[in-house]
Amino acid sequence: MRSPFFIRVVGRDHSLPAVARARRARFRALSVSFVILVATVFPASANPVIIGSKKFTESYVLGEIARRALNDAGVATEHRQGMGGTIILWQALQGGQIDAYPEYTGTIAQEILKNGQQLSFHEIRDALGKFGVGMTEPLGFDNTYALVMRRSEAQRLGIRTISDLRKHPELKVGLTHEFLDRQDGWRPLRERYGLPQQSVIGIDHALGYAALANGSIDLKDAYSTDAKIEENDLVVLEDDLRFFPKYEAVFLFRSSMSPGAISALRRLEGALDEKRMIHLNVEAERTKNYTFAANLYFEGGERSASSVGESFPHKLARWTLRHLELAGFSLLLSVVIGIPLGIIASRGGLIGQGILGFASVVQTIPSLALLALLVPLPFFGISVRTAIAALFLYGLLPIVRNTASGLQDIPRSLRESAVALGLSPFTRLWEIYLPMASRSILSGIKTSAVINIGTATLAALIGAGGLGEPILSGLNLNDHATILEGAVPAALLALLVQWFFDVLDRVLIPKGLRI
Amino acid sequence: MSALVKLVDVSKRYADATALHSTNLSVERGETTILIGPSGCGKSTLLRLIIRLIEPDSGSIEFDGEPITSDTIGELRRRIGYVIQEGGLFPHLTARANVLLMARHIGKSEDETQNRLVELCELTRFSVNLLSRYPVELSGGQRQRVGLMRALMLSPELLLLDEPLGALDPLVRASLQKDLKEIFARLQQTVLFVTHDLAEATYFGDDIVLMKEGRIIQRGSATVLRERPADPFVLEFINAQRGVTLT
Repeated sequence: MRSPFFIRVVGRDHSLPAVARARRARFRALSVSFVILVATVFPASANPVIIGSKKFTESYVLGEIARRALNDAGVATEHRQGMGGTIILWQALQGGQIDAYPEYTGTIAQEILKNGQQLSFHEIRDALGKFGVGMTEPLGFDNTYALVMRRSEAQRLGIRTISDLRKHPELKVGLTHEFLDRQDGWRPLRERYGLPQQSVIGIDHALGYAALANGSIDLKDAYSTDAKIEENDLVVLEDDLRFFPKYEAVFLFRSSMSPGAISALRRLEGALDEKRMIHLNVEAERTKNYTFAANLYFEGGERSASSVGESFPHKLARWTLRHLELAGFSLLLSVVIGIPLGIIASRGGLIGQGILGFASVVQTIPSLALLALLVPLPFFGISVRTAIAALFLYGLLPIVRNTASGLQDIPRSLRESAVALGLSPFTRLWEIYLPMASRSILSGIKTSAVINIGTATLAALIGAGGLGEPILSGLNLNDHATILEGAVPAALLALLVQWFFDVLDRVLIPKGLRI
Repeated sequence: MSALVKLVDVSKRYADATALHSTNLSVERGETTILIGPSGCGKSTLLRLIIRLIEPDSGSIEFDGEPITSDTIGELRRRIGYVIQEGGLFPHLTARANVLLMARHIGKSEDETQNRLVELCELTRFSVNLLSRYPVELSGGQRQRVGLMRALMLSPELLLLDEPLGALDPLVRASLQKDLKEIFARLQQTVLFVTHDLAEATYFGDDIVLMKEGRIIQRGSATVLRERPADPFVLEFINAQRGVTLT
């Protein structure tokens, strides 16, 4: 829960773990050749434990706490930050791309087990066991959903409880997309309380606070441990009809995880009360440093050398390199596969229309939805592979279409001259048609490259890194400087790529076509 | 001497119209045969059938006694030169690369092709200095000369020209006509020449084939066509053209 994003995934895999493992093994065998191709991008490591987290401050902090706890216990651990919504994390846990992540009991019952009734803690644990997933005892705080308003506004209108909202139908409501869709979200809440508000919009969690502050909206959803409540002088409306279920924080983990790792995780049980969690959240948002906030949990506020994290130039280099890796590798795939598809499409007919149709349809899928569709597939999951596959698909259309139209624009008389000369079909294509279409093909590749640089920022949603990382966390922290740390380099990169391809045009387009 | 090209009962239909009715035609070795007629009469179709850019619906086409089929055309295209309006040059290749394209493709030696290139430049009165230019840097007449060189590169037995001078201004056209005629005579080239201009046809020879609506109406010299027209259309065509060419 708790993520501003909620992604509905079709065809969720409910099969038994053993079956799932067997199926995965088969897919792995099938995809060996592709693995060789991508091996350079995904070097094999000694299988560290992977902790996932959702895209909001508290989840980041809990993820960091778990990483530190496991590392202190001698278990090699990595933390993939801000991987998106509940379903993505749950799929990743089942698929083995991550080994553990922080979750809330209410979310487990409502969203994962899809059980409308109130389940007891033990019933939840038993149900999860059937998926090969274990659950720690509660960490010690309850982070339930809440509706919040500006304090001044609430006092002026005399609103204290959710029931009081019935008398104020004019209030503008801005909710996270996840809350709008949840089975314990807005719709049943409105029904239970008989709320009359008509103006309801979906808005990103972090942006929603800004909207609330400037009066664009009057009411939004929040979490009871949210640092923003204190910072922005908001009030939590009392849930007088006891609508929201309990949201006790726990860690979910794969039952197959090593006993050492499990026991290290379980040492966190009952050790974090609500007040402490709010403090850690506030610290994380103040310092923009989750590692630092997590270390407060262990060290009582002392800043160790390692907790400061890497320097900005180092981070920027890491983001940029990863960004180029994502965009470059996916572009290469788009070119290698897109040009032959464009050649086939240029011949028209059903197959040609099918190829262009497919590439166009892919373009219309929102990037977040495309990521969500790829994540449940065995080979992909939460990984750089998925980001590259999505970028590759987006990069396909400009290249396919420009290759096809560039070839189709060659005058018939010139095609016939090539045939009449007696050139073989391959020579005609390679030495005559493709060079003549080169300007169009290259401009397609250029479009793809620039689109990919922009879209690659979304890779951060599934923990694949890149310049989207600061953009996402900046969005989450409502911190413009952090957003710009990613957005400015990404824009510069796009300009650089544009310039690079302008130079490439001069090298690759035959001189006779440029005069 | 037997005919180099022989069409027997060849016809071609498109979805909506017949481009060529069942037609017989022979092209004699060393001669220039002119195909003439109004637009859409089937003269270009006939040329395109010989070089197999299109497949005939019926009948057979023989080249040097062998039937032309999809299987044999690959080899035969090297023995046939084909020139279209504007020359059909590839814009991304220099004049030299255009001319040498096919020779390089079949792996002719560099010495041989260079000698041939110089020979062709002399033959077509094309300055060697212009060989490194791209088609857009050449005039219409120069492009046509390069197109001709390309067609003649492999010393083809048959030269097909589809209104090669159609897009040129009158002065350039006249000088190219003169050069072409000399070249054909010098090479004793077998030529099938498509034009819609009777003056041009008369200039190139006395074996004129007049076509109309996918049929051959009459074959003979200009004098024969004028004095013994086989059909009222022949006179009509000649008179229409004379009015233009004499003024």
